[in-house]
Amino acid sequence: MLRLAPLVPLLPLLGFLLNGLFGRRLSRGSIAAIGAGSVGLAFALTIGLFAALLALPAHDRSVEVDLFTWMSAGDFRLDAGLLLDPLSVTMALVVTGVGFLIHVYSAGYMREDPGLWRFFAYLNLFTFAMLVLVLADSYPLLFVGWEGVGLCSYLLIGFWYTEKINADAGKKAFIVNRVGDFAFLLGMFLIFRELGTLEFTPVFEAAPRALEAGGAAAFWIALLLFVGATGKSAQLPLHIWLPDAMQGPTPVSALIHAATMVTAGVYVVVRSHVLYLLAPDALLIVAVVGAATAIFAASIGLVQTDIKRVLAWSTISQLGYMFLGVGVAAFTAGIFHLVTHAFFKALLFLGAGSVIHAMHHEQDLRRMGGLRSKLPVTSLTMLIGALAIAGIPPLAGFFSKDEILWSAWAGGRQALWAIGFIAAGLTAFYMFRLVYLAFYGTPRDAEAHHHAHESPPVMTLPLVVLAVLSVVGGWIGIPHALGEPLGHVPNLLEHWLEPVFEDAEVLRAGAGEGMAERMAEAGELAMEYGLMAASIMIALLGIGLATLLYLRDPGRRERLTAGLAPLRHVLERKYYVDEIYHAVVVMPYLALSAFLWRVVDVVLIDGFVVRVVGGAVTWYSRIVSRLQTGLVQNYATAVFVGAVVMLGWFLLR
Amino acid sequence: MVPLSHYLALSAVLFTIGVLGVLTRRNAILVFLSIEIMLNAVNLSLVALTRATGNLDGQVTVFFVITVAAAEAAVGLAIVVAMFRRRETVDIGRFDVLRG
Amino acid sequence: MDGTQVAFYLLAGLAVATSVLVVTGRNPVASLLFLVLSFFCLAGLFVTLEAHFLAAIQILVYAGAILVLFLFVIMLLNLGQGEPGLGLPSVPVLALSALSGLAFVALLVFTVREADIAPITPARIEAVDLAGQATVGSTEAIGTALFRDFLLPFEVTSLLLLVAMVGAVVLAKRER
Repeated sequence: MLRLAPLVPLLPLLGFLLNGLFGRRLSRGSIAAIGAGSVGLAFALTIGLFAALLALPAHDRSVEVDLFTWMSAGDFRLDAGLLLDPLSVTMALVVTGVGFLIHVYSAGYMREDPGLWRFFAYLNLFTFAMLVLVLADSYPLLFVGWEGVGLCSYLLIGFWYTEKINADAGKKAFIVNRVGDFAFLLGMFLIFRELGTLEFTPVFEAAPRALEAGGAAAFWIALLLFVGATGKSAQLPLHIWLPDAMQGPTPVSALIHAATMVTAGVYVVVRSHVLYLLAPDALLIVAVVGAATAIFAASIGLVQTDIKRVLAWSTISQLGYMFLGVGVAAFTAGIFHLVTHAFFKALLFLGAGSVIHAMHHEQDLRRMGGLRSKLPVTSLTMLIGALAIAGIPPLAGFFSKDEILWSAWAGGRQALWAIGFIAAGLTAFYMFRLVYLAFYGTPRDAEAHHHAHESPPVMTLPLVVLAVLSVVGGWIGIPHALGEPLGHVPNLLEHWLEPVFEDAEVLRAGAGEGMAERMAEAGELAMEYGLMAASIMIALLGIGLATLLYLRDPGRRERLTAGLAPLRHVLERKYYVDEIYHAVVVMPYLALSAFLWRVVDVVLIDGFVVRVVGGAVTWYSRIVSRLQTGLVQNYATAVFVGAVVMLGWFLLR
Repeated sequence: MVPLSHYLALSAVLFTIGVLGVLTRRNAILVFLSIEIMLNAVNLSLVALTRATGNLDGQVTVFFVITVAAAEAAVGLAIVVAMFRRRETVDIGRFDVLRG
Repeated sequence: MDGTQVAFYLLAGLAVATSVLVVTGRNPVASLLFLVLSFFCLAGLFVTLEAHFLAAIQILVYAGAILVLFLFVIMLLNLGQGEPGLGLPSVPVLALSALSGLAFVALLVFTVREADIAPITPARIEAVDLAGQATVGSTEAIGTALFRDFLLPFEVTSLLLLVAMVGAVVLAKRER
C-alpha cells in the first residue's frame, strides 16, 4: 500500500495534463469529472496510506519512498522521494479531502465560466504541487512544491485576467511571496553549509549534534525558514497579498488562500521543529509574530465590508494562531488548528461563494441582509462555521484554539495568551457581524434579494459535509483535562502525531520547558479549566456584542462608531501598511527605475556606449572588409601560402 | 635504375606548376587545366610509390583519381558553361560577388 | 646510364616543359594540346614504373576523353583566341605565388631526398598474376584488386559518375 504513495500526487498531475492539454475539446461534464475525480481518487489513496501507516507499530510510522536520483554532482547527491509519517499523511488527508470537496463545489460554482477547463487544470496542478510540498522528503523537493503552489496561486488569483485589478492582485501575491522565498532559499543554503545535507531525516538526526542549541547557526536557519513561512502564510509583515488574493474565484480562495497553501508555512515550521527547538529565540519570534498577526488581522476584520475580505483577514488571524501555537512549541496544537481551520474556513469561504453566487457576484455585505429565508442550507452551514471559528464548544474551533491558548499560558507566555485571548473575542465578533449582515435583518437591496436563490446540490453538499466536519473535527483532539472526566476519551491527534514529535520531547525536556510535567500538576488542571471557561466567555461576549450592535439595535452602532471614527478609519485603511510599503519600497524603486531609464540607459548606454562602440566597429569593419576581394584566387593564394608555412614549420622545426 | 626520390621530386615540380597556374591564371579553362596537372602530379607519385613498396593500392587509387577527375571535369565544365552564359566571359576576376 | 634512366630524364624534362607551357600559354587551345603532350609523357613515365595498364588508361581516358571534353567546351564557347585582359595578374600576387611556389618545391624536394628507403627488389612485389608470376603493373593484378578488395568503392564510383552526369546536365541546361 505504502508503495502506491507516488500515485497520490501523480493523479492530480494526470488530471492537470488531461484538462490542460485536451480541456478545450472536452465537455464541461468530463472536465469536472476529471478534475474532481483525480483528487477524489487521490483522497481515497491517502486514506489507504493512512490505514497502512496506522497498521504499523507507532515507532515505525516513518516510511521513505525513494523515487529517483534528482541531482548528482560530485559528492553531492539528492534523491527525490516521499516521506510518509503521521504529519505528512495528516496534511495530505487535509489537502486531498478538503480539496476534493472544493473541486466538487467548483463544478457548480464555475459551471458557466468559459475557462472551466483552465480552472480545473490549475486547481489540479495546485493539488499536485501541494501534495509534493507536504509529502517531500527533502527541503529542495519541498521547495519545488512550495514554488508550484505559489505559481498556481498566481494563476488562479488572476484567473479572470481580463480585469486589471485581478492580474495586479496575482502579481502582488507572487512578488510578495518571492521575498519570503528568498529567505527560505537562504535558510536551505545555511542548512546545507552547516549540516551538508538537505534531506529531512539526516538533517534532523544531525542537527542536535552539529548545531549548538541557542547558537547563531540554528537561530538564523530557523529565522530564515520562518521568514519564508511568513511570506507563504501571510504573516506580518508580508501579509499584504492575501486580502488582494480574494480577487480570484471563491473556490480558489477557499482551497488555496484559506485551507491549504497558506498553511504551508505552519507545516514547514512544524516539520522543522527539531531546528526550532534548537533556537528558542527564533521560536519566540515565531510566537510573537503569530500573536501580533492574530490580533492585527482580527482588528482589521472588524470593519471590512467585502464578505470575502472579512474571511481573508480572518484567515490571516487564524494563521497567526497557528504560529502562536508552534511558537510556544505546541506543534500538535498548531497542526490541530490547521486541520480544524481547514474545515471551517473552507466551509465559510464556500458559503460566502454560495452567497455571492446567489447575489449575482455581489460581495458587499452592506447590500445583503435577510438572506436566511432564501438560502436555508447556506445560512445554516455558515452559522455552524461561524460558531466553530468563534470557539463555541463542542465545535472544532474551540478545542484547537483553546489548546493553543492553553499551551501559550502553560509555556509561560501569559502576554501572548492575553493577545490571543482578545483576538478570540474579536474573531467571534466579526464572524457574527458577517453572519448577521448577510443572513439576518431586513434586505438592504430588495432587487438582489428578490432574485437570490439557493445554490444547486453540487455546491450545498460540500457545505454540509464541511459543516459536519466543523462540528466533529475537534473531537480528534480533546484535551486530557476534558477527556479524562468524560470517560477516558483519548486525544487521538496527539497520540497519532506523537512519534513525529517524540524527539522534540527530549529536546524540550533538555531545555527545561517541559510542558507535559507542568500540565500534570493538579493546580494547573484547575487553571486549564478556568482558562477554558474564560475563552468561552469571551467568545460569547463577542457574539453577544455583535448581536446587540448588528441584530438588535443598529442605531446604537451608529452612535458608538461615530465616537470611534478615527480608529475605524485606521482599521479600514488596514493600518496603512500598503501605503507604507508604497512609500518605502515602491516609490524608491520607481525612482531608481526612472533614473536607470532616463540617465543610465538613454544617456549613458544609448547615447555614449552604443554610439562609440558601434562607430568603432563600423570604422574598423570598413577597413578589414577590404581583405574580402571576392576573388576566389586570392583566397586560394592565402590558403596555399598558409599551407606552405605550416608545411615548413613541421618539416624544419 | 632511377631512384624513387627523383620521381617524387618530378611530381613536386609538376604539382607546383599546377598550383601556380591555379593561383595566377584568370581564364577559368586554364585554371581547370592546371588542376589536371596537379592531379597528374599526384598520380605520378602514387604510381612511383606503388613500384617502390610493391603494394597495389596506390595504382588502384590512381584509377579512382582518374574517375573522379572525369566527374570533376564534367561538373566543372558545366559550371564554366553556366558562368559564360551569365556573364559572357570566363574571366574569374569578374566573379567577385563575395567582395566585402 | 641504362635505358630506363634515359627515358626518365627525357620524359621528365618534356613533362615539365609542356606543363610550363600549359600554364603560361595565351591560347587555351594551345595550352590544351601541350597538356595532352604532357599526359603522354606521364604515360611514358608510368611505363618506366611498370604500370602499363595505367599508362593505357592515361592516354585513352585522360588524354582521349577528358581533355577532348575540355576542347569541346573551348570550341563551344568560342574561347580559342583567348580573351584580351586574361593575361598575367598583378605583380604582388604573382610574386607571392612564385615565392610560395618555390618554397613549396624546395620543401618537397628537401623531404623526398630521404625517400629512398629501400631499393626496389622483385621480392617485395606482392601481386601475383594468374600465371603465378609476381608483377605490379599488370592488368590482371589491377583487375583482381579492383573486383575483389575494392569492389564497393568501384561500384560507388559508378554512382559518382551518374551524379556528375546529372549535375552537369542541370548546371549547363539553358535557364528558362
